[in-house]
Amino acid sequence: MSTTSRTTTQESGGSTSPSRAPARRRRNKVEPAYFIMLVPVVILFTLFITMPAVIGMFYSFTNYVGYGSWHFIGLTNYTSLFSDPNIRHAYGFTLLFSIVTVVAVNVIALALAIGLSGKIKFKTTLRGVFFVPMVISGIVIAYVFSYLFSTTVPAIATSLGIGGLETSILVNTHWAWVGIVVVATWQSVPGAMIIYLAGLLSIPGEVYEAASIDGASPWRQFRSITFPLVAGYVVINTILGVKAFLNVYDIIIGTTNGGPGTSTQSVAMTIFTGFTSGDYAYQMANAVIFFLVTVIISLLQLEIIRRRGVAI
Amino acid sequence: MSAPTLNDAPVVPTTRAKGLVAPKESYKVNWGATALMAVLSPAVLLPLYFAISMSLKSAQDAATGSGFSLPSTFEWSNFKTAWTLTHFPRAFGISLAVALVTVAGLLVFASMAAYAIARNWERKLFRYSYYYLLAAMFIPFPVIALPQIKLTALVHIDNPIGVTFLHILFGLSFNVLLYSAFLRSIPDELEESARLDGAGTWQVFRSLIFPLLAPMNATVGIFAFLASWNDFMMPNLITADPHLQTIPVVQSIFQSQFSTNYGVAFSSYLMAMLPTIVVYVISQRWVMQSMTRGAIK
Repeated sequence: MSTTSRTTTQESGGSTSPSRAPARRRRNKVEPAYFIMLVPVVILFTLFITMPAVIGMFYSFTNYVGYGSWHFIGLTNYTSLFSDPNIRHAYGFTLLFSIVTVVAVNVIALALAIGLSGKIKFKTTLRGVFFVPMVISGIVIAYVFSYLFSTTVPAIATSLGIGGLETSILVNTHWAWVGIVVVATWQSVPGAMIIYLAGLLSIPGEVYEAASIDGASPWRQFRSITFPLVAGYVVINTILGVKAFLNVYDIIIGTTNGGPGTSTQSVAMTIFTGFTSGDYAYQMANAVIFFLVTVIISLLQLEIIRRRGVAI
Repeated sequence: MSAPTLNDAPVVPTTRAKGLVAPKESYKVNWGATALMAVLSPAVLLPLYFAISMSLKSAQDAATGSGFSLPSTFEWSNFKTAWTLTHFPRAFGISLAVALVTVAGLLVFASMAAYAIARNWERKLFRYSYYYLLAAMFIPFPVIALPQIKLTALVHIDNPIGVTFLHILFGLSFNVLLYSAFLRSIPDELEESARLDGAGTWQVFRSLIFPLLAPMNATVGIFAFLASWNDFMMPNLITADPHLQTIPVVQSIFQSQFSTNYGVAFSSYLMAMLPTIVVYVISQRWVMQSMTRGAIK
């Protein structure tokens, strides 16, 4: 949006003031320096990102196992993907995980951001504390939480007599995913919180003062002032969050490693098996589907934003 | 349309930057909110407490109870064991080199690309390059992982060099976007006066634009460093030789050996976490300011 406005101001500026005319004429010939700044980057990008994507897509229509000869098998990989219970489960798990995590992260991050943007004491210290998870590696955090889930929580649950939590949640086929959501949420809250905090701090305090004078309750203030103003940030956080959570990998490796069985295997994990299990082409088809799912989800979100008329 | 838009961003930073650091003037402290935040902070601190306390426990000590108790004796040798087992200095060196080169690469290449694009926006080649680079944000690493693993092996960069290279390439999309947004707020007039004084494009970029980008460089640098330093997926899949792995991957390589001794395992986790936490605590205000600036863009 702002890029187009920039171009128009430049052009109108050039045509109205004659003194800018030579500058404009000079622009007609691009200096080589600009090419040197951009072109090599674009070429490397094409070689190492676009090309693998195209090659991978090509192999998804073959029976290539990762080495040796191959021939085209049409859409066979794709049709068998749809009837593969393992793959379907991986998509189901990954989507469920992403949706639950993105909701949990946004609710907690917004609540914390509101608390931390308020008139609190020890502001810098408290903000500092809540940002810490952002600098820690996901796999390390997953290992620490793995211990908490398998030892600390059961020990406490046993001594308090809480049924159901006496064994590790991570070895429970039905509930292991909740443990992964907890770890992912713990790690992802600060990133979302930064964005909310930045948004909240840009709302002038006078707005709230005026609302209080008019007798608006804190909840009313949140609903009518805070939320509409941060709605744009909710959108940004949701898009960034879903995109990141769909690729969930290290946190699962560190907690359940896909288990028990394959109950917490994410799509990324199934794709990576293609490297060792000899179904390279099959998993490339999976990757193509995964790419399409990612794009469709992103476009859906953008469409919702457009309908709602939220500017980002 | 009442929501703040990206276009408002250039106006906001000053107020926001000030807001991050507690203002000097006195205000009525909301003790309720302060208490609530303080009560919630263990949610973040508790796992860190565990990491520290467990790392000092002896094997028997660590294997009993809920892990809440403080260590009965301080088993400092855990760190020594973890240090030698994970070849910590080597893993640390590799992690640091990968992260630093990634930061340097992104600072140079993303800013140059964004500058070239921003100053030639009316040209198709530059405009389409921008959209092209941006479109890659829709291509997560897992989608192209398999061909990329083969490709890096083929050109013999299935090692930290390849990981660094890919970190830079994958970081381009987002950071070119960040830089472009910031470059728009730099007035053309500044540049034109420099050019009238006879400075060429390279000189303008090096001595005028790049220094002006300093706040954004900090943001890009911090995010790129953290993403690269903490990445597990890419080094794990790209680097073939386990001896050349980064710190996060090393944790998983030695997991089976750790499982017999929680004390050693947590010493290793703590050593893996500590570098970024220490740097963060020292430079907290600056880091938070820089990250918030990036958040708005």
